[in-house]
Amino acid sequence: MDQHIAETTGYHDAEWHAHGHHKESFVTKYIFSQDHKTIAKQFLITGIFWAFIGGILSSIFRLQLGYPDMSLEWLRPLLGGWITDAGKLDPEFYLALVTMHGTIMVFFVLTAGLSGTFANFLIPLQIGARDMASGFLNMLSYWFFFASSVVMLCSFFLKTGPAAGGWVVYPPLSALPQALQGSQGGMTLWLIAMALFIVSSLLGGINYITTIINLRTRGMTFARLPLTIWALFLTAVIGVLSFPVLFSAALLLIFDRSFGTSFYLSDIYIGGEALSNQGGSAILFQHLFWFLGHPEVYIVMLPGLGITSEIISTNSRKPIFGYRAMIGSLLGIAVLSFIVWAHHMFVTGMNPFLGSIFMILTLIIAVPSAVKVFNYLATMWKGNIRFTPGMLFSIGLVSFFISGGLTGIFLGNAAIDIPLHDTYFVVAHFHLVMASASFFGMLAGVYHWFPKMFGRMMDEKLGYIHFWLTFIGVYLVFFPMHYIGIAGFPRRYYSWTTFDVFNSFTDLNTFVTVAALITMVAQFLFLFNFFYSIFRGRVAPPNPWQSNTLEWTTPLHPGHGNWPGAIPTVYRWPYDYSKPGAEEDYIPQHIPYSQTMESNLPHENDLIALEKEEEDIVIDESSESH
Amino acid sequence: MFEVAIGLGVILVLVILLLLFRVQSLLNVARGSDKKIESTSNKVNGALLLLFMIVSIIAFFWYSIAEFDNYTLPNASEHGVLTDRMFWVTTAITGVVFILANAALFYFAFRYQYKDSGKALFYPDNHKLEIAWTVIPAIVLTLLVGYGLKVWTQITNEPPEESEVVEVMGYQFAWKVRYPGKDGMLGGYDYRLIDPVNEFGVDFSDKASFDDFVPREIHVPKGKPVLLKIRARDVLHSVYLPHFRVKMDAVPGMPTRFWFIPTKSTEEMRQETGNPDFNYELACTEICGRGHFSMRLIMVVDEPEDYEKWYNSQEPWLTQNPTYLSKVPEKLQELAAVTTGINSKN
Repeated sequence: MDQHIAETTGYHDAEWHAHGHHKESFVTKYIFSQDHKTIAKQFLITGIFWAFIGGILSSIFRLQLGYPDMSLEWLRPLLGGWITDAGKLDPEFYLALVTMHGTIMVFFVLTAGLSGTFANFLIPLQIGARDMASGFLNMLSYWFFFASSVVMLCSFFLKTGPAAGGWVVYPPLSALPQALQGSQGGMTLWLIAMALFIVSSLLGGINYITTIINLRTRGMTFARLPLTIWALFLTAVIGVLSFPVLFSAALLLIFDRSFGTSFYLSDIYIGGEALSNQGGSAILFQHLFWFLGHPEVYIVMLPGLGITSEIISTNSRKPIFGYRAMIGSLLGIAVLSFIVWAHHMFVTGMNPFLGSIFMILTLIIAVPSAVKVFNYLATMWKGNIRFTPGMLFSIGLVSFFISGGLTGIFLGNAAIDIPLHDTYFVVAHFHLVMASASFFGMLAGVYHWFPKMFGRMMDEKLGYIHFWLTFIGVYLVFFPMHYIGIAGFPRRYYSWTTFDVFNSFTDLNTFVTVAALITMVAQFLFLFNFFYSIFRGRVAPPNPWQSNTLEWTTPLHPGHGNWPGAIPTVYRWPYDYSKPGAEEDYIPQHIPYSQTMESNLPHENDLIALEKEEEDIVIDESSESH
Repeated sequence: MFEVAIGLGVILVLVILLLLFRVQSLLNVARGSDKKIESTSNKVNGALLLLFMIVSIIAFFWYSIAEFDNYTLPNASEHGVLTDRMFWVTTAITGVVFILANAALFYFAFRYQYKDSGKALFYPDNHKLEIAWTVIPAIVLTLLVGYGLKVWTQITNEPPEESEVVEVMGYQFAWKVRYPGKDGMLGGYDYRLIDPVNEFGVDFSDKASFDDFVPREIHVPKGKPVLLKIRARDVLHSVYLPHFRVKMDAVPGMPTRFWFIPTKSTEEMRQETGNPDFNYELACTEICGRGHFSMRLIMVVDEPEDYEKWYNSQEPWLTQNPTYLSKVPEKLQELAAVTTGINSKN
C-alpha cells in the first residue's frame, strides 16, 4: 500500500537535473522562498524573536510579583504611560503582560516556532522527499504567520494596550470594551492576528500531512518512520482538526463584539447600563475554546516528544525502547486529546455529571504519557550516553514531563481541582509539563539539527552552560509555585496584599523572580551561540551525531531538492544503534540488510530478497512542478 | 558620568568574555578535544546530573517538611476534609513516582555515560515489561478515578433542604451578598432592574423580596449546610473561599451554586491560627479586569445561636431604601409595609 502511494505520487530520480536550472534571486531564495529548509529557518528565527519578547514580558511581571515595592520608573522609557505616576506597573497592563506572554508563548513560539521549524525542516529530509507537497502553500503558511505576528506586535502600540483578558480571552470580559481597556482595539487586533495565525497553521498542517502520506521515499513505510515524523504527523492532524473550532469561537466573538449578536452574552449590566444581549452563553465560548485549547497542549508537546525520542536514542546509542508502543502512545494521546477539554471547566458551573465523564477521560490520558516516560528511561538504561547539548535538553524535557505530568493527576481529578483550580499550582503544572518541556524539546532540536540547518556546529561548552542555567532555573522558578498554589494563591493577581490569606510567601516570590531573571539572561547565551555559530561556528562533519536518519545523507549544505542524486532508498527502521555484530554502533536507514550480514537478525535476512524489488521501483518525479 | 562608566564596564566584560570564548574554542580545535567523545565535558555533565538529582531531592523534602504549616491552609469545611485527604493520597502516590522516575532518569544518565570501551545494549523492546507498565498505571489511575468520582459526586450533590441560602453576586470589582430574610425565600431579580442603588436588580413585584437583606459581610452558621447561589452582573468572576475549599465561577446569565458545611467558627480559627485578627476571606479567581486582585469580602462563621441573633437583627433592604416601595405593585403594598415596618402611606 505504502509502496503504491510512493510509486504513483513520488518523484522521478531522473528528473532531478531539472531542479538545477532555477536562477534564484535574493527575494526568492531568502524571503519568498518555497524551499522547506529556508521556510523552517524563517519560522525558527521568528520563533526565537517571539520567545525573547514573551520572556521579557514575563520578566516584567515577575518584577511586579517579586518586588512589589520596587520603583519601575526606569522602565518608563520602554513602557511610557503603563508606569503609573507612583512608578508602579499599571494593574491593567499587568494583565496585558500575562495575556500576551501566554498568547505569544503558546501560539507564536511553541506552535509556530516549534512545529513550523521542525515539521518544515525534518519532514522532507527524514522521509526522503525533495520538498513539501506544496512549496507555495508552505510559503503562504509562513507569510500568514508573519502577518499575524505583525498584527499582534502592533497591538502593543495601541493607547489602550494589547488584549488583557487572559490568553483564554473568556467573554464577556473580552467581548465588552467597557469592561477592560485591553478589550478595545487590543482585542480586535488579537482576534485578527489569531485568525491569520489559524490560516497559517492550517496551511502548514495540511501540507505536513500530505507530504508524510504521499512523498515518502522507497522503503519508508510508516513502520520505519522516525518518531519525530510520527509526532509531527499527529501534531498536524490534531491541529487541522482543532484549529477550525478556535476559528469559529473567534468568529462568534467577533460577531458579539462588533455586530451586536449574543452568542456569549446574556444578562449583563455594566458601566451603568443593562445591555440588550440575552440568551447567549459565556460557557459556550469556553467549550469551543478548550476544544482547541486542550489539543493545543499536545500540539505544543508532541513535537518535543518526537524530537527527544530521536535525540535520546541517538545519543544513548541504543534503539528507542518500544518503538511501536511509542507510536501507540502518540496515537492514544492524539485521540484522547480531543475528549478531555472540559477538565479546564470543572468549576465553571458545568453540569457535575459532565465533570465526572471528563475526569475519567482525563486520567486515561495519563497512561500513554506514563508509557512514554518509561520507554525513555528504558532507552537510556544500559546505553552509552553522550551528553551533547541536545541530549541534555532532552533529559531535561523528560524530567519536566515527569514532574509536571504528575501534577496533572491532581488537576484532572475534579474534586482536587476545586481548591487548586486557577491557583499557582496550575501555573506550576502547565509551565513544567507543557511550556518548559516543549521549550526544551525545541532547544534540543535546535542544538541537534543546527549542523544540518547551517552546516556548522554550535559551541558545545556554551550549550552546556546554557543548559545548566536554564534547567536549574526552570525548576527554581516553577517548583516553588506548587507550594504557593497549595497555599491557595490565585493566578493573574497583580498584588497579594489585599488579602490576609495570601499575604505571605513574599520571600519565595522574590526568589522565583530572581531565578526567572537569571534564566532569562541565560537565554542570551543561546542567542549569541546561535547567531555566532551560523557564521563562525566550526564546520560540521556530515553526520556529527552518527545518527541513522536520512537527513544526514544529504550534502553539508543541501540544495533545493535536498539530494543531488537519487533519493536514497530506505531498508530498515531508524534505530539500529549498537546492533550486535555490527562494526560501528549505528547503521543508517539507507544501508540494505544485504550489506550487514554480520548483524542481521533472522527475520531481517528474509527481507534481503525483497530489497531488490524495492530498488527496482521507478518513482516518477516528473509530476512534481517547480 | 556614572552611567557611562557602568556602560563601558559592561562592554569591557562582554568583550573579555567573547575573547575567552574564542580562545577556548580555538584551543579545543587545536587540541582535537572536540572530536573526543569520552571527554571531560561528558564526565562533568554526567556527574552534574547525578548531583542535581541528589541536591534537589534533598531540597524538595527539606522544604516540603520545614514549610509544611506555611503552605497548607487550615481547613474549615466538611467536604474540605475529603478533598484534602484525596490531595494527600494523590501526593503520596505521585510523589513515589516523581522521586523514582526522576531518580532513574538521572541515575541512568550518570551510570551509563559514554565510554569508548563500552557498548550499548541492543534492547528494542520487551512486551512483558511494556504491558506491565501500561497496566499498573492504568490500575492505579482507575482507583484514583473511582475515589475522585465518589468525592466529586458527594460534593456536587443536591444541597440539603434545610441549607442556609446566601446569594453571592460578583461585579467589577467587589462582591455583594443577599439573604432571603425571615421568609427563607430570595426575591426574584432581573438584570434590567439594576440601578446604582438596587444593585441586585431585585424585582419588588415578588413578595419574597420584601424581607431580603443585604449585609456588608457574609455570615454563615457553623455546622449547618450553606448553599451559595452565585451569579455575576458584568463579566465572569469566581467565588473562592480558600479555607473552605470552595470554588465556583460566577457567570452572567447563568446562575451557579455551591454548598458546603463550615466546621470552624471564625473565633475557633483565630485560636487555631493564633492570630486574633484572623478573618475568612472570599476572593475572585477568574480574571475579571483591573481590580481582579482586590475583590475581597470577609466571611464570618458564627456559632448557630450567634448566627440566629445576627440574622434576626438584620434590617430588610427595603426598609433601608423606602423609595423602592413605589416599585411594589398596588395590591402588595400593604404586605410590604408590614414586612418592612414602614408605613407606606407616609
